[in-house]
Amino acid sequence: MNKFRIGHLADIDEKGARTFLIQDTEIAVFKLSDGSLHAVENRCPHKGGKLSEGMVCGTAVHCPLHDWKIDLRNGKVHEPDKGCLNTYKTEVDGKSGEIYITIAG
Amino acid sequence: MSTTKKLVLVGNGMAGIRTIEHILKLAPHAYEITVFGAEPHPNYNRIMLSSVLAGGTSIEDIVINEWSWYEENGIQVYPGDPVVQINTERKEVVSQNGVRASYDELIMATGSQAFILPLPGANKKGVIGFRDIKDCETMMEASQKYRKAAVIGGGLLGLEAARGLLNLGMDVTVIHINGHLMDRNLDLPAGLMLQRELEEQGMKFLLNKHTEEITGKHRVKAIRFTDQTVLEADLVVMAVGIRPQVELARNTGLDVNRGVIIDDYMHTSIPGISAVGECAEHRGIAYGLVAPLYEQGMVLAKRLAGAATEGYAGSVTSTKLKVSSVDVFSAGQFKDAADTRSIRIQDDVDGVYKKMVIKDGQLIGAVLFGDTTDGASLFSLIKSGENIRGREKEILLGVPSGSSGSGPSVAERMASMTDDEIVCGCNGVTKASIGDAVLNKGCNTLGAIKSCTKASASCGGCKPIIENLLTYYAGDNVGEQTKEGICGCTSYDRDEIVAQIKEMGLKSVKEVMNVLGWNESEGCSKCRPSLNYYLGMIWPAEYRDERVSKFTNERYHANIQKDGTYSVIPRIYGGVTSPAELIKIATVAEKYDVPMVKFTGGQRLDLLGVQKENLPKIWEELDMPSGFGYGKALRTVKTCVGNTFCRFGTQDSIEMGIRLEKKLDKMVAPAKVKLAVSGCPRNCAEATIKDLGVVAIDGAWEIHVGGNAGVKVRTAELLCTVKTDAEVEEWTYAYLQYYRENAKWNERTAAWIERVGLDHVKEALADRDVRLALIERLEVTLGHTVDPWKEIIEDEKLRKNFTPLSGAEPVTH
Repeated sequence: MNKFRIGHLADIDEKGARTFLIQDTEIAVFKLSDGSLHAVENRCPHKGGKLSEGMVCGTAVHCPLHDWKIDLRNGKVHEPDKGCLNTYKTEVDGKSGEIYITIAG
Repeated sequence: MSTTKKLVLVGNGMAGIRTIEHILKLAPHAYEITVFGAEPHPNYNRIMLSSVLAGGTSIEDIVINEWSWYEENGIQVYPGDPVVQINTERKEVVSQNGVRASYDELIMATGSQAFILPLPGANKKGVIGFRDIKDCETMMEASQKYRKAAVIGGGLLGLEAARGLLNLGMDVTVIHINGHLMDRNLDLPAGLMLQRELEEQGMKFLLNKHTEEITGKHRVKAIRFTDQTVLEADLVVMAVGIRPQVELARNTGLDVNRGVIIDDYMHTSIPGISAVGECAEHRGIAYGLVAPLYEQGMVLAKRLAGAATEGYAGSVTSTKLKVSSVDVFSAGQFKDAADTRSIRIQDDVDGVYKKMVIKDGQLIGAVLFGDTTDGASLFSLIKSGENIRGREKEILLGVPSGSSGSGPSVAERMASMTDDEIVCGCNGVTKASIGDAVLNKGCNTLGAIKSCTKASASCGGCKPIIENLLTYYAGDNVGEQTKEGICGCTSYDRDEIVAQIKEMGLKSVKEVMNVLGWNESEGCSKCRPSLNYYLGMIWPAEYRDERVSKFTNERYHANIQKDGTYSVIPRIYGGVTSPAELIKIATVAEKYDVPMVKFTGGQRLDLLGVQKENLPKIWEELDMPSGFGYGKALRTVKTCVGNTFCRFGTQDSIEMGIRLEKKLDKMVAPAKVKLAVSGCPRNCAEATIKDLGVVAIDGAWEIHVGGNAGVKVRTAELLCTVKTDAEVEEWTYAYLQYYRENAKWNERTAAWIERVGLDHVKEALADRDVRLALIERLEVTLGHTVDPWKEIIEDEKLRKNFTPLSGAEPVTH
């Protein structure tokens, strides 16, 4: 297990996302309107669309290419489409606001 | 440990892949699967080709199994590489590219091909069938270059092809060998009614005509008939029927009649080889419709997976014509015979025709025209074979719900259907899947079932059965079938929402959703952008555009491309640039290594393939206003040369175009808006296919509105003719503001005008005071706009979202 510091809470807007690269995988971290963070692989299982550019609605993001809807909490694609993508554990340091992410190594 | 057997599927189409899908469900690890397909595409829905041709559906939309599905299920697939040889001794197939694959079980699912009449000249360019994606593409290309199309064959397929060609803007004549259309599915009265309806849509017909020869040098020029009359045509679509593809089966030594002969369990004459789908012939019938093929696939999958099956006993088939605004349904035996009696209603006033064919007290066939709502219930009566004696008229006048009279009730009929019966032929949804959606997934409305299973999401013909099944499974728990709102989150339509926003003074997206009781607390990708637009349109001065509720392109002010890069289109007013501006654009494109610089159709330059993080830098260095080439907003104002240089120009179209574009350059709208100005009636700026086009005539200007050259070509209609430049501006601004205030979000002006009618708009704008008030509201809106590129360049908070987070640092323990 490897832990990385990837940035600060203030770097990500509410209902927005930022991306970063780890071991050749692009990961997107989303901040929902309740302030929670969710990190997923930045690649829609359908045609590889960048989810970081999509619209965040509740706990889901809509892929900008063909409007697939993905649950950011578990990486599952909403019905009637099917599929799943990798999610990563995020933690925030309550004092400093630094964001940490854990990647299975 | 069971050893994995090898399964080879010959044919990558609907029937074969459907079979594989079931095998994977029933026995996920029983086989190592290899698929060969002649077409370069993954498995797609052939039934939807007519929708692709009709516009509004893309080829991508009709793919059933993406390449990733093959990968995820460990299926080795060879697209565009048909099997050319089967060696039954060695149990091995060989493909065209020389791939060899051995098998324990082999499935033939080679489908069928369009039957091309063996006429002299049938091999000329421009003579095609209507069978696959390639044919669709050929038709679309032909419609760009040619005008006259002929379709040989007035059956279901021919008429769907003809409708598509009409939509592509071609002049279409359908040639049919018989005296009435769809004679395989309809009787004479229904055929004649259908013909009348289609003639009103612009289709032409030549009935009782036999084609003798197709003439032309390399490409078809004309068709000559046996009566020596001639029809000019640049494109000929043969839709006279399909023939099972059996060449490979024949060469392999399988018993072949019309199709590959199979028994009730899909065995062919050689052990280890099965056949399914359109290439197969079961009890003398080779089916060409999807429902029976799916039923066959189910039986075959069960057998190969070692599950119990009663076998396949043949299918009664039904047909629905997929042509917009024409409702035709036909099932079973619809022709009268000596031992049948029929009962019919013919109503020429409303254009409705219904016929039932009865034999020994059972319904054996039906034809419906103009009102096909009872199609599904009649079809299930035909299939169940129940006795309808004494109820015939009642049934024809509308199948009663519940149990009235003798015979089984709707509930009993639903109960008697088997679990694996396919209730939605387009998407292959079984009765069991509907039950699962209702009982286990909490679906209690038709809408919920639709989005969960895709049943009735294509042609809608099965809606009545799905509704009956919903009642059957949910009983008293059926939810209110609410009217369709702007999306699944609400039942309010556009006008209701706009009225409520104004009435209650709602000021934010969140507030609208809360007050109007949205069922998704943060909405979806459909309602959020539309609410954002309506709020901005209603409260131009106080509403702050909500970035997070805009589609990607409008959040990053550039078009997202398929690989995640973006394109940049700066404003070039009226299509007029300068050497200095061109040098600036070229310098920036070189510096940032922009992969492609392309002229757009709207007289601008498009820098394509830009990395997102370079967008703000490029904008900064261009130092030009944003061209809004990505937004629901004013795009371009295309101009001709006009009297500045042109020897024919009667007015200064360039100056007028620039003036309009400078005024409107930051105007957002329900959908994109394109303008053009032509300086004389030759109309070189093609102003009559724009949302608003201005055309100069001697001493005056014409204003045309509601044109479109995109998905559906529509000629603009003349709104008015005015004398002065000032009046052109007055009408243009007033008209566009009226559209902004009244259209639905995402509704282009062409669709909006179709919906409300030009007369309504003319009436609304007739009074000059009304026009001036509209312009005033537009001015207020425009007064609150800023250039989006400039705004981002100057605001670090916005700019940060264009770059990735800089370098993740490992945390050392």
